[in-house]
Amino acid sequence: MTTCGRVVVLDYGAGNVRSVVKALEHEGADVVFSSDPAVARQAGRLVLPGQGHFGQCIGSLEEGGLADAIREVVADERPFLGICVGMQLLYEGSEEAPGVPGLGLLPGLVRRIPTELHLPHVGWNGVAFSDQAVVDPLLAGFNASEPRYFYHVHSYAQLDVENCQVLGVCRYDVPFASVVGHGRVWGAQFHPEKSQEWGLKLLRNFARL
Amino acid sequence: MSLAKRIIPCLDVKDGRVVKGINFLDLRDAGDPVEQAVRYDEQKADELIFLDITASHEGRASMLDAIRRTADSIFIPFTVGGGVRSVEDFIAILNAGADKVGVNTAALNDPELVARAADRFGSQCVVVAVDARRVRVGGEARWEVYTHGGRNPAGVDALEWSQRVERLGAGEILLTSMDTDGTRAGYDLELIRTISDVVSIPVIASGGAGKLSHLDEALTSGAHAVLAASIFHFGEITVPEARNYLAERGHEVRR
Repeated sequence: MTTCGRVVVLDYGAGNVRSVVKALEHEGADVVFSSDPAVARQAGRLVLPGQGHFGQCIGSLEEGGLADAIREVVADERPFLGICVGMQLLYEGSEEAPGVPGLGLLPGLVRRIPTELHLPHVGWNGVAFSDQAVVDPLLAGFNASEPRYFYHVHSYAQLDVENCQVLGVCRYDVPFASVVGHGRVWGAQFHPEKSQEWGLKLLRNFARL
Repeated sequence: MSLAKRIIPCLDVKDGRVVKGINFLDLRDAGDPVEQAVRYDEQKADELIFLDITASHEGRASMLDAIRRTADSIFIPFTVGGGVRSVEDFIAILNAGADKVGVNTAALNDPELVARAADRFGSQCVVVAVDARRVRVGGEARWEVYTHGGRNPAGVDALEWSQRVERLGAGEILLTSMDTDGTRAGYDLELIRTISDVVSIPVIASGGAGKLSHLDEALTSGAHAVLAASIFHFGEITVPEARNYLAERGHEVRR
């Protein structure tokens, strides 16, 4: 694989993301794990993992210069994937950190899941894909008639599932966006690296875009 | 759709080696936790639990190495429990690549450990193992919490303790009946029902699985997940067989 195909996974202190790197390597990707904005700018593909608090995550990205690197890669239409909080950071903001702007690459706000059920929502939950979603290259091999299970861990989510950027919908008392995509920017609310065959398939698709 | 019920094989690991594990004839090294974990990943287990029964300091280092190598090789969540004493132990295990950490004795000695760990790592990382043994008071059943593999009574009621660890921030309860553990005669369904009725966090049923119908009974009694060791290790039942059976019985399982 050439360096133009190289996947850079951003290291910004957001939890244990070694498994993201390992899963991408398992799928044959050439992966670099880096906190260096210069390395991020050179990425063929960029992955933004995330665990923890929205406000802290965006703070680290802005301070370390990685937020600007992300904007540059996205403006250049190189593939970008946000995972879990990394997906939430794509939006304009989150109820988890009121008033703190996100990356603003997708319109809308992330909200706390309005439910009486236990939060965080943890576990394997089914995601349904629309007819239009399964033609998206990230979802090559997925079918609209076959929901797939992915491992979710979160208390906040994008609840507007009518938006055309929503590719996969999951439900935990209320529906929420579990996979989103707009141009060359994608997000997964679940952890593909912990979601076995279908999670790995999604990462493989991403690595081959 | 909703959250899928989980099937969780458990491996006992000592000094970084599996002591009670799967019995695949073609394994090159039956004692290697990584090789066994990969087999369960291939069988599409939903999660995996390593129970560390190491006593020595050197053994702990081997365990962390085994966790690290396992985390690099499987793509499902996995929990490590056994001998966890402090937030520092949580850090070491999570940094090695485990997704969740199980605590029992340390939480009984210092319940605030549950809160500190949940604050720092999120409640989804904190599994409280409740080892319960049935005692009879009058005609009514109750269960007492035990430590040290069921040898020492903690002087705590299992129902009250489960509620308390939920309030402290536990993400789930690994509920083992010390009466049924190892018997293969079925889970203690009354215990499962009693505890899952009073907490909203998931309860993992453990202790006593001997055949497929036991898994069904535990889920019907309110468990969110079923843990089993020997039935999977000896290959009597494979994870896919369990999954198909539970789906036929109307349980939502991962497809």
